[in-house]
Amino acid sequence: MSLPGRPESLRDAYGKALLELGERDPKLVVLDADLSGSTRTVLFGQKFPDRFFNVGVMEPTMMSIASGLALGGRTVFASTFAVFAAGQAYNFVRQSICYNHANVKIVATHGGLLVGGDGATHQMVEDIGLMRGLPGMTVIVPADAPTTRAAVFAVAEREGPAYVRLTRENLPVVTDGSFAIGRASELRAGSDLTIVAVGALVARALEVAEELARVGVSVRVLDLASVKPFDEAAVLRAARETGAILVLEEHSVLTGVGALVAAATSENHPVPVRRVGVPDVFGESGEPWALLDRYGMSKERIRDEAWELLKARGKVQ
Amino acid sequence: MGPEPSSDRVAELETVAREVRREVIRMTYVAGSGHPGGSLSVTDLVTALLFEEMHLDPAHPESPDRDRLVLSKGHAAPALYAALALRGYLPREELLSLRKLGSRLQGHADRNKLPFVEASTGCLGQGIGMAVGMALDARLAGRSNRIYAVLGDGECQAGPTWEALMAGGHYRLANLVVLLDRNGLETDGSTESIMGIEPIADKFRAFRYRTVEVDGHDFRQILGALADARRWTEGPTAIVARTVKGKGVSFMEGQHSWHGRPPNEAEAKRALSELGAPAEVPPR
Repeated sequence: MSLPGRPESLRDAYGKALLELGERDPKLVVLDADLSGSTRTVLFGQKFPDRFFNVGVMEPTMMSIASGLALGGRTVFASTFAVFAAGQAYNFVRQSICYNHANVKIVATHGGLLVGGDGATHQMVEDIGLMRGLPGMTVIVPADAPTTRAAVFAVAEREGPAYVRLTRENLPVVTDGSFAIGRASELRAGSDLTIVAVGALVARALEVAEELARVGVSVRVLDLASVKPFDEAAVLRAARETGAILVLEEHSVLTGVGALVAAATSENHPVPVRRVGVPDVFGESGEPWALLDRYGMSKERIRDEAWELLKARGKVQ
Repeated sequence: MGPEPSSDRVAELETVAREVRREVIRMTYVAGSGHPGGSLSVTDLVTALLFEEMHLDPAHPESPDRDRLVLSKGHAAPALYAALALRGYLPREELLSLRKLGSRLQGHADRNKLPFVEASTGCLGQGIGMAVGMALDARLAGRSNRIYAVLGDGECQAGPTWEALMAGGHYRLANLVVLLDRNGLETDGSTESIMGIEPIADKFRAFRYRTVEVDGHDFRQILGALADARRWTEGPTAIVARTVKGKGVSFMEGQHSWHGRPPNEAEAKRALSELGAPAEVPPR
């Protein structure tokens, strides 16, 4: 697929996937912290009320309760907004879930600036870094609804803790849902430059790649939805074959996917890497997509950064 | 109150507890760090649970029907390790490896390293939530096993402790028993001078726990309260166990300074002697 398709809800995809998992696994349990309508776990709760626990506004303890349930041999999903899951509850995710090796899948909605009007308090742009740093944690950042569905099934099947970061806004379909943990998806072939992107910015990566194709530049696009474990081979292949990498993420550039790609390439196959994401600042209230533009993730900015890399490589004047 | 344990049985438990206390002294002395004060205060509670109250089979530490003990005040791990060793879960010789590089006996217990450590705890306010999850799991699965969570009193200053307690009360978890080691002291001093938690029994009651207060060093009272908890099917029980930090060692009793420092050689020898053991310490 080379151009973004129709926008679909990642959260709806999650809610529906949970229903199927609930049918399939009678021991599966779901927890939420008073946001079940927003996270869509309410669908599971309506169908399987005995296996659904809405614990109220106690995100840290939701993680401990989830762990205790999981240690009895269950697969447990726990959902809330990203700022609460990764921020408010951080040390509970760390000790109760990760250190205990508890089989808990945290599906966090409302990641990133696209939360919009709620403003900086609720715009979580540090979660990928926080969760990626936890030993044993799997971290997935789906770009669309089909990948969300596949990722929810994938983390359910994989024993151990996982963090799946979803976006509140509907996102254009950019994949065929052929997601696999640890594998990057090449959404567009190219040889002059690689754009590695996650989440909401994958669609922008494809749009920019299409624009650059019109002026004769060949851009590869990798969807790095599986942030941990990540497909180092695909990233290094991109470094070798295209000579430069631009990373896009709706996340702090200090600790996110850009930092990961820069580290992997500099240690193994150094090439120029540029990072587009949220700079070292808090966000603010605003229309969701306008916030991405305002905080340095506009298509123009992406194109400019791509151009800088292409110029440095002598691919354009 | 429940059926009284026989005098012989109480004497046996007291003997075990004394042995646990001796090991706590030896372990923390050899480790050169650790938390003797809170280990000594919780010793009788842990002994009553592991040696009398709980349905356990050391030969089958992963049996789904076993009762669960969650030491939410994870820094009292030395008391837990010593009691587990005496109960047959690990070799007694291994106790002296506490806190050493490569040891299974981490400073705070790690469930992935040792059998029958049900929850890896350490940072406070988390074990109690895991215990609530275990109690929900047991109820969902239709198992009749029981979950025992041992809380510290400093831990009662932590908000998430009350989140978890609230959940236990809300879900009416009659298979959950919370035991509070109310020794009155935390790292920097007395709980009431630092951040008061009283009236703590009333707080548990307000959170929908059938609550009783016992002398946490009196096995008859502890076991009686545990037996009553079994008969209470409407919801969870909280046992506020009044204890003495450093119990059994005169110069440690009631001294907050022994929260997180080990005895030196002379102190360890004196402590062992007070606990009825030879005044000899293992080599460091």
